[in-house]
Amino acid sequence: MSGMVGGIQAYHGAELYELSPATREPKWARYTILGLSLTFFAIFLLMPLLAVFVEALRKGWDVYWQAITNPDTGAAIRLTLLAAAIAIPLNVVFGVAAAWCISKFEFRGKQLLITLIDLPFSVSPVVAGLVYVLVFGAHGWFGEWLSEHNIKIIFAVPGIVLATIFVTFPFVARELIPLMQAQGTDAEEAAVSLGASGWQTFWRVTLPSIKWGLLYGVILCNARAMGEFGAVSVVSGHLRGQTTTLPLHVEILYNEYQFAAAFAVASLLALLALVTLGIKLFIEWKSA
Amino acid sequence: MSIQVKNINKRFSTFKALDDISLDFPTGKLVALLGPSGCGKTTLLRIIAGLETADSGQILLEGSDASNLHVRERQIGFMFQHYALFQHMTVFENVAFGLRVKPKNERPAETAIRQRVTELLELVQLGSLAKRYPSQLSGGQRQRIALARALAVNPRVLLLDEPFGALDAKVRKELRRWLRQLHDELHITSIFVTHDQEEALEVADEIVLMNKGQVEQVGSPLEVFRHPATPFAFNFLGTANRFDGKWARGGVQVSEDLLPLPHTQPAHANLAEGGNVIAFARPHDLHIEPNVEGSEGIRAKISRILAFGPTARVELSHATQPETYYEVDVPTLSIASLNLHEGQAVRLRPSQLQVFPAG
Repeated sequence: MSGMVGGIQAYHGAELYELSPATREPKWARYTILGLSLTFFAIFLLMPLLAVFVEALRKGWDVYWQAITNPDTGAAIRLTLLAAAIAIPLNVVFGVAAAWCISKFEFRGKQLLITLIDLPFSVSPVVAGLVYVLVFGAHGWFGEWLSEHNIKIIFAVPGIVLATIFVTFPFVARELIPLMQAQGTDAEEAAVSLGASGWQTFWRVTLPSIKWGLLYGVILCNARAMGEFGAVSVVSGHLRGQTTTLPLHVEILYNEYQFAAAFAVASLLALLALVTLGIKLFIEWKSA
Repeated sequence: MSIQVKNINKRFSTFKALDDISLDFPTGKLVALLGPSGCGKTTLLRIIAGLETADSGQILLEGSDASNLHVRERQIGFMFQHYALFQHMTVFENVAFGLRVKPKNERPAETAIRQRVTELLELVQLGSLAKRYPSQLSGGQRQRIALARALAVNPRVLLLDEPFGALDAKVRKELRRWLRQLHDELHITSIFVTHDQEEALEVADEIVLMNKGQVEQVGSPLEVFRHPATPFAFNFLGTANRFDGKWARGGVQVSEDLLPLPHTQPAHANLAEGGNVIAFARPHDLHIEPNVEGSEGIRAKISRILAFGPTARVELSHATQPETYYEVDVPTLSIASLNLHEGQAVRLRPSQLQVFPAG
């Protein structure tokens, strides 16, 4: 910019906002705010996470290994994976369909539909579990019919899957609706005007443009599906090795004063959370 | 292919977007739908494409009713205002899209697709960008890719929604010329929507001027510009000085001043003596008379003289109503010869005056 007489000067590599004396806060303010948030972070997030692993390994690797290879733990892991494996695909199908419908079409009752999708967020998971007990339980609406046909839903695997589906219901749809609304319908209209069928438009145009958002929704949905406690607890019946998911298994062990084992199983969930966060970071980086 | 639009009506809740529109778009012509924003031009374009449905009325494509024909069966190339390129596909795949989604028995072989896409990319002079993604292109390049993509399926009609709207002024001018040339090569019936009168006048064979959901005037650019049929048309196409007054003594009485109708111009038959009228004169159709003694012409005061190029623009305000503003174009030379200066009192006389009954 040398040789320029007066006028407007362009700043190349201007100073960072936080380094410029014009916008910098006084030292004590910066350190107070920083100190407060770091303390908060350490006490409420870091410490519990560390505690899980410290407690899990307190009695050594042998106890840890025994706890997570115990057949009951194995059954809990399998049930947790099963519930997630059923809930997630259903969630994806439903979430994509709902988001597609809400963002690409105009219809009456749209706002109501959006509110309904959010219902599982606003309702306590315990209430959600209770609803299923009232509907499908032995004394519930369909209880008699179900027991006549020898179908068990409550205190059995189907109940756990249902409860998981209910609490994870909004994740994918919630992730996709704003994304698809922002993208608008231009690309789809262009595809149709070029002769594409609805199916082709979805697979070739819509899906590729939402894939990262979809994956993000799946990750969140998975984390919730595997970690859900309240709703599952109500419908599970806590039959050891049969209807306990990982979070329920942790509770059982804890109530039996097997602290090391409880924390060992909990550490699996904590690891899952860390992996989830890692994938989430990766997706955010990829889609940015 | 010819397009006919018959008695099209469209409402958006309480807003009447199109009010009984009937138009004929001749084969092989490039027609501009021109009008201010909200006049219904884009809605009409989308109805022709099938992206929107009319409440009533008919669309005839080559004489046969297309009202119930699905978008993908209309064989219409539609170019969106923001191009709507597929962001996750390369330029090549964008252009190939229309060919790849054809039903199996109609789909060309891969080599044929490659050849066609290469041809089209050359037609729009972007053969070297085949492997790029839309986000790596400039606005002008995107527009041309969108056009190539629309042309890939051999559309019978080309519909362009504000094709130059998202471009900067210089590129816009270049692409206008290019689009006109392309149309002269391909002779495909085309309709484009624009709010820019200059663009319409420069590019189109025919202009459909729209306002508030209705057609104001249809004609060649020259016709529409020279003989605006309505006050709206006059105001919208180019700059116009407007005079509100009464029809009296073969002229327009504007407060105390009389604006005489030029002798060369026949009087309008449908004007009643004493009736309210609106008169328009283009900036180059007004003359400045430094002699204020006469009784004819509007009394005005020069507020600014902008004498850049060969034509100077003189801005004036009415002598007694300073908020009324006029614009006159005069040859720069005559600024000196008439000895015009800012603050001077003058009279304005029209050499051309278009008078409409005020309704």
